[in-house]
Amino acid sequence: MIITQLKDIDEIYNMIKPYDKILIAGCDGCCQPPRSLNEAKTLGQLLELKARTESKDLKWKAITVLRQCDDRIAATTVRPHAEDYDAILSLACGLGVVMLNKVIDKKLTFPAQNSHFGGVQNNGENNFIEYCEECGDCVIGETGGVCPRAGCAKHLSNGPCGGMVDGMCEVGGYTIPCAWVRIWERLKEFDRLDLFKKYRGPRDYRTSTSPGYIPIYKEYGNEDEEEQKEEAKA
Amino acid sequence: MAKRPAYSQLCKAIEAGNFVFTGELEPKKILDLSEIFHSAEEMKKTGKIVAANVTDGPQGDAYMSSLVPSYLIQDKVGIEAVWQVTVRDRNRVALFGDVVAGAVLGLKNILTLTGDHTALGDHKKGCAVYDLDSTQFCEMLSIMIDEGTDYEGNELEGGKIEMNFGCVANPNSNPREPEILKVGRKVEQGVDFIQTQTAFDIDQAKEFLKELEQFNVPVLLGMFPLKSYGIAWYFDKFIPGVSVPKDLLKALKKAEKDNKGNKQGKYAALDKINIEFFNPFIEEIKKTTKAAGIHCMAVEYERLFEPLLKSYPKYI
Repeated sequence: MIITQLKDIDEIYNMIKPYDKILIAGCDGCCQPPRSLNEAKTLGQLLELKARTESKDLKWKAITVLRQCDDRIAATTVRPHAEDYDAILSLACGLGVVMLNKVIDKKLTFPAQNSHFGGVQNNGENNFIEYCEECGDCVIGETGGVCPRAGCAKHLSNGPCGGMVDGMCEVGGYTIPCAWVRIWERLKEFDRLDLFKKYRGPRDYRTSTSPGYIPIYKEYGNEDEEEQKEEAKA
Repeated sequence: MAKRPAYSQLCKAIEAGNFVFTGELEPKKILDLSEIFHSAEEMKKTGKIVAANVTDGPQGDAYMSSLVPSYLIQDKVGIEAVWQVTVRDRNRVALFGDVVAGAVLGLKNILTLTGDHTALGDHKKGCAVYDLDSTQFCEMLSIMIDEGTDYEGNELEGGKIEMNFGCVANPNSNPREPEILKVGRKVEQGVDFIQTQTAFDIDQAKEFLKELEQFNVPVLLGMFPLKSYGIAWYFDKFIPGVSVPKDLLKALKKAEKDNKGNKQGKYAALDKINIEFFNPFIEEIKKTTKAAGIHCMAVEYERLFEPLLKSYPKYI
């Protein structure tokens, strides 16, 4: 899941303040906590109230989209509504906001949320925790299924660090478990401490440099064809 | 891996079989280094402290960089520096640049550290870098010193880096096994010495030293004399994983209370408590373990060195 948090209402209001009519688009995709039609309506009501305190009459409409990051779904769902509104407010993660700006390019779409990380809700606990930072160089095959990048505040490849106390991390006031202790426990359990002892060299940050860009033809082995095309162009 | 020559006074003194002592200096948010120089001079005077560690933004705070004070204490005071370098604030490019600059300035020891996270310091909104971790930094230093290239194998022209470097280990670590295995990885990357976090529990320290023996690298056990009750209390409460023995805390509190308004009396009482606690501690470590020495983190508490180390011979 993509873990998101609603922005402060004042920040959202200030973004849409110049507009009289806004379309609020929820997303039924992967963002957590869910931000669907009901959440879009609630946000609309809050913004309307906020506008009234400034004697402004804000018109809004709430809709939801199956997945805002899918260009076809986003375009077909949002376009019919967008024409009547000055701007769009998206309740998706950052992907959805960027996609709406792309497919509804005659209007500006604003983000109502901050997108944090790829994570899950901790079992039975009232918090979300990061599982994956999409680094482009997955190492969890060597770390017992625990990610030392998403899970370690210092992204260590050879932990734990001296900030681990009683199995907890110095960042967050010793409330979050140290990923490297968890890795050690997992590998010990499976008698694979050989993997724990292994030195891991420096990370190649080219796999996670922005903007991320992966030519699809490489993935599907059409390299020759593409090269020929490039040559023909040249 | 072939053993690296001892380039620094610290490593030479260890190699010569001395039981060595290192001190610690903490450049904070300052422009004036006179107190740092004073502490360094007092350490040098003892003839028993071979080198002084210079800290690099401890607790994640924004302090003066450790490079310049490390150079200046060598240049002006004549005591060797153990230049502490964390990987918190610099990527591999900056680390390379700083190490080469340090080498040109004549620095001979680097202590590699991960560094307390910026989230703990006074610039909490800052980006914590950690491009390399401290183990990878050790590998990079080995390559720079032993092979004369940068981390990518590009030749470093105009001479050779003659430095030794160490890593840290935490005797208070719980669980301990992952800590020991981690030190093993660092040793594999060619560290010349280990300095540990402070220890107050002698049995725990001895066990830890015993476990480190397998690596066959000189270890300097960390020790933190308590200059005042306030510092001891702070250390006990806020330094992760370290607890000051309750009796020691009580004695320090009492000494300060009994000598209210009498500065000299208070100093004498506090020094006495520290000497009575740490002297037998050092003696025990020296006699019963294979530790190469003590890293005495008596920051701004230089008056303790002379009486504390009275029974040890001068070796420099």
